[in-house]
Amino acid sequence: MTETPDMKKTDTAVIPRQATDSPEVLLKVSGLTKHFPITKGLLRRQAGAVKAVDGIDFDVRRGETLGIVGESGCGKSTMGRLITRLLEPTGGTVEFEGKDITHLGVAGMRPLRRDIQMIFQDPYGSLNPRHTVGTIVSAPFKLQNVMPEGGIKPEVQRLLSLVGLNPEHYNRYPHEFSGGQRQRIGIARALALNPKLVVADEPVSALDVSIQAQVVNLLDDLQQELGLTYVIIAHDLSVIRHVSDRIAVMYLGKIVELADNKALYGAPMHPYTTALMSAVPVPDPRRRGAASGRILLKGDVPSPISPPSGCRFHTRCWKATQVCTTQEPPLLALKTGHQVACHHPENAPDQVPGDQPLPGAADAVSTVSE
Amino acid sequence: MTDLTKTGVLGQPVVGTAPTAFLEVRDLKVHFPTEDGLVKSVDGLSFTLEKGKTLGIVGESGSGKSVTSLGIMGLHRVGQYGRQRARISGEIWLNGKELLTAEEDEVRKLRGREIAMIFQDPLSAMHPYFTIGKQIAEAYRVHNKVDKKAARKRAVDLLDRVGIPEPHKRVDSYPHEFSGGMRQRAMIAMALVNNPELLIADEPTTALDVTVQAQILDLIRDLQKEFGSAVIMITHDLGVVAEMADELLVMYGGRCVERGTAEKVFYEPRHPYTWGLLGSMPRIDREQTERLIPVKGSPPSLINIPSGCAFNPRCPYADVPKDNVTRTVRPELTEDGTRHWSACHMTHEQRTRIWTEEIAPKL
Repeated sequence: MTETPDMKKTDTAVIPRQATDSPEVLLKVSGLTKHFPITKGLLRRQAGAVKAVDGIDFDVRRGETLGIVGESGCGKSTMGRLITRLLEPTGGTVEFEGKDITHLGVAGMRPLRRDIQMIFQDPYGSLNPRHTVGTIVSAPFKLQNVMPEGGIKPEVQRLLSLVGLNPEHYNRYPHEFSGGQRQRIGIARALALNPKLVVADEPVSALDVSIQAQVVNLLDDLQQELGLTYVIIAHDLSVIRHVSDRIAVMYLGKIVELADNKALYGAPMHPYTTALMSAVPVPDPRRRGAASGRILLKGDVPSPISPPSGCRFHTRCWKATQVCTTQEPPLLALKTGHQVACHHPENAPDQVPGDQPLPGAADAVSTVSE
Repeated sequence: MTDLTKTGVLGQPVVGTAPTAFLEVRDLKVHFPTEDGLVKSVDGLSFTLEKGKTLGIVGESGSGKSVTSLGIMGLHRVGQYGRQRARISGEIWLNGKELLTAEEDEVRKLRGREIAMIFQDPLSAMHPYFTIGKQIAEAYRVHNKVDKKAARKRAVDLLDRVGIPEPHKRVDSYPHEFSGGMRQRAMIAMALVNNPELLIADEPTTALDVTVQAQILDLIRDLQKEFGSAVIMITHDLGVVAEMADELLVMYGGRCVERGTAEKVFYEPRHPYTWGLLGSMPRIDREQTERLIPVKGSPPSLINIPSGCAFNPRCPYADVPKDNVTRTVRPELTEDGTRHWSACHMTHEQRTRIWTEEIAPKL
């Protein structure tokens, strides 16, 4: 555990940054956990806990887009709500611009809410149906007691046109807009106070393909224009690949692999990442043959209430050996800027060579045969 | 009610001869009268499908994909309290039988036996009060004269076939005790219990994670091979249809804008909307593109479909054909001689040029 921070430091120094030259860390997360208690009986004794996020470390650098990808129930949304401090972490620390914000209260967080904003998945549930667009987008100014130059209304209209909405729609209600337009309203609200960090939880998954592309391009433009830093949480690997500079893959509350975009998609190291990527349907009928090499994981993700011992993926991994059931693999940088938590990574030297394979591990997956 | 269906609901008498194809849909229209106006969900759709083949229907939400499938199942025929909400016309021929004019009893016999459906959301498509086994067995007993024991055995067999571990135990579970992927498997088992000849899958994997999606698609493919059924796969995911479909039908505003083999539609798409769909998609199998090329604007309201070509307000090439024809005349679906249909006013040459010079290089 002690060596991990050192390694991170060297990573940040070596990897060239895309949007800015400074590899400055904007948000630093270490050992972050969130356990939701399960209570039982009249006295509400704690009977267990859903280990939604169970010890994760990562940095978000200024100006970059960090993509978080994983299946449902892997804890990616909980993680998003922890770093925006909409949830109280059970353990670990969250530092924003060097300041520990892990246990700040509502009042303590208020000044920081300007800098950290969130875009939600559901453009229907995240906008108050009784408020006009004007009220929704101007709410941040009122809450923060900020008076923009030239007044609130012109500023809100500027924001609306920034996200591609008609400024004259100021007095309309959310139900008068389509899904894609509502998502733009949510984006305008998030950008109102000129935030430094925007956490977007599945920003496009509720939208149609053609609209999805519009919103992805919008997020991209806004980043270039305003120098934003994004953490984008999504389950769609193609979208994540398109938007992210670096990507973290989560499985059952842990980060199993963290690497920059090219490295991750070019040479994934964790078997789970490999399986995840090979499962993505390729929109090319001529490559249907390629699907025959596909790795099909069997069964479902285990319950986060009692995750498997050792490596959490060992119950579904075809490379699992004895050590995987007992020892949890640490997240190590096996290449510059490519961290992976696996005893037997792909595209990298085996960490525990010659270990006894688990009986039945080879049957954990099947490959598609055409 | 039956009189209405007999004459064709929109008034035209149904005339037509039995086709040779296994499934043939001719000029299907499903309209819903509402307080705000007539919603033309499906407005003149025709296609054919052979046994053992898969037809993919793609389009955005509100393009009429699901209404088409419900129309084939005959689920719009009788609404609540026997009132018919939808106005349906056209012809649906299955195995030489016309379904729209058939008696409700007859269609009920086909439903579940010859045509089965997999829905998007298995939690709401299953009854929460009955065990999985009971629901599968019920579907079997409706169409077969067997006792409860035999039906239960059949349910266990099918659960085993769709890959549910310990089927003899899980047969007594309730839907909520299953995970999303297992529930979808159970629903597939239910759909297949009578070896249907036509399987309609309406967004079967949209609610599932990619790894589970891959399992389910693989399962559907295997089962199709085994039973030789025809499959209609309705989805908005071009990746899914590219893997599953032999033929593709692209819907926009309740109409088909392009139809052809999957190969043709992906490699020589002939409609600007199809170009838009392909350009909107981030691709995991290609070099990363800097920007996506989205379709501007949003899908049309089905109450107020734009005049002329329904796609004209969003089409970057709406002004290519002369005399404003895209805004006044609705383009007909025409074949180019290679069993590839498209509905666009631009000439073949214009579209070939735009596709090869402007669109394809940017994808």
